[in-house]
Amino acid sequence: MPAAETVQQAIEATYQSESRRVLATLIRLLGDFDAAEEALHDAFRAALEQWPRDGVPSNPRAWLVSAGRFKAIDAARRRTRFDALDDMGEKAEPVFIDTAAWADDESVEDDRLRLVFTCCHPALAPDAQVALTLREVCGLTTEEIARAFLTPAPTLAQRIVRAKGKIRDARIPYEVPSRAELPERLEAVLRVIYLVFNEGYSASSGEQVTRHDLSAEAIRLGRLLVELLPEPEAQGLLALMVLHDSRRAARTSPDGDVVLLEDQDRSLWNRDQIAEGVRLVEQAFSSGPPGPYAIQAAISAIHAEAPAAAATDWNEIVGLYDLLMRTTPSPVVELNRAVAIAMRDGPAAGLTIVDGVLDRGELRDYRLAHAVRGELCRRLGRTADARVAFERALKLTRQGPERRLIERRLAEVSK
Amino acid sequence: MKYLCLVYLEPDKLHAVPDSECAMSGQRLRERGVLVAAEALQPIDTATTVRVRAGKVLVTDGPFAETKEQLAGFYLVDAHDLNEAIQIASKIPPAREGSVEVRPVRELNP
Repeated sequence: MPAAETVQQAIEATYQSESRRVLATLIRLLGDFDAAEEALHDAFRAALEQWPRDGVPSNPRAWLVSAGRFKAIDAARRRTRFDALDDMGEKAEPVFIDTAAWADDESVEDDRLRLVFTCCHPALAPDAQVALTLREVCGLTTEEIARAFLTPAPTLAQRIVRAKGKIRDARIPYEVPSRAELPERLEAVLRVIYLVFNEGYSASSGEQVTRHDLSAEAIRLGRLLVELLPEPEAQGLLALMVLHDSRRAARTSPDGDVVLLEDQDRSLWNRDQIAEGVRLVEQAFSSGPPGPYAIQAAISAIHAEAPAAAATDWNEIVGLYDLLMRTTPSPVVELNRAVAIAMRDGPAAGLTIVDGVLDRGELRDYRLAHAVRGELCRRLGRTADARVAFERALKLTRQGPERRLIERRLAEVSK
Repeated sequence: MKYLCLVYLEPDKLHAVPDSECAMSGQRLRERGVLVAAEALQPIDTATTVRVRAGKVLVTDGPFAETKEQLAGFYLVDAHDLNEAIQIASKIPPAREGSVEVRPVRELNP
């Protein structure tokens, strides 16, 4: 008989590595999220009882899937027995036999992908997609997600319940989209992952600049997706996230203040992450015209590879922004391009573009547009204009460290 | 599973899609075997709302709720799942002029 502690550890390790896989497969087999979650718990409860006695099975995942399925069928039978006469005389199915058939590696990986696409189905509200993905795919608790998004837990729980209800009642299928639908559906999945990353990387409100857990979770999700579905844009998004994340240690001062890219101590950048990001960018660019995530990742890679801020290849960056403007034009992309132009051709050239965007009214309430305008005016010595712009930016900023950065700039031009 | 596809259009768009095109798309769905029923509706000026309160029938002119877009027609379709229903709804010609609300049908529990 194996030592009880070793078995206990094995069960915990199995839970860490397999519980999401087992859940994804149980959802397919049982056709219902709630039933699958219950079955998952029952399966692990059974493991806690049986593994110390019988030893850890050779294929724990298959064991758990079949135990969960058996428990669920059993529970359903017991329920129907109360509802109607159980006159079917049905024999118990030999569920413990041939478990490999529904738990082999390939179908299990497909199930994980099915789960991702179902949680990110466009018929679900965007905030529900995010909550459901973190809950079901990543296994975060409702409380953890609520805390990360500064949302009351009951609100978040309600969001998840409603989404699951819609999946069930409107019959959102548990499937990987066909090739024809894939680009559009993949975009939705990537958007959810990037949203989670950004919430963790530059929290939209609150005191902390980064909420590392969410970024780490998003990177984990991105990795899973690349592993299951090596599409160029999935690689592009993972590259983008890894490259941004490589600067984590350098982008805040010990007091928790924002340190801008040009002022960062580049020796603090994570070289392994940069190497991985650059490799992924190259992969994404090698398979046809790059998509928006791959292009943004390429821009980030150029920054990452510059030995010093002054050595940045701004010409290359402007070229990539031009490409981005052609594939996915937006006022925010135009604003970023203006910054690159300012770095290459001087602040006046950048300011002309920023003013053009602001005049169109599209980014009137976007804090960074005013912050950029303020900074370019400051560099041109137009301190009065800079002050107005920084004041406007400050009014629109909710995040603590970002506010302090703008306040510092405002103080500089108010001397 | 059945889904009701409700077609909503702004009043000035009611005739933006020619009837012949709607008839043809209905025919195609019928041939695919997914259409249970489909009709276009007269404008809301013709609507009458009926309520029964305390055993009395109350009749009023107009639709139940005034909205910018009005209910212009419906398709009752039989689809395997929401993805197929969305795919069918996207083929309904007025979808490009207004919007189509896709609602799963609820089985009654008598």
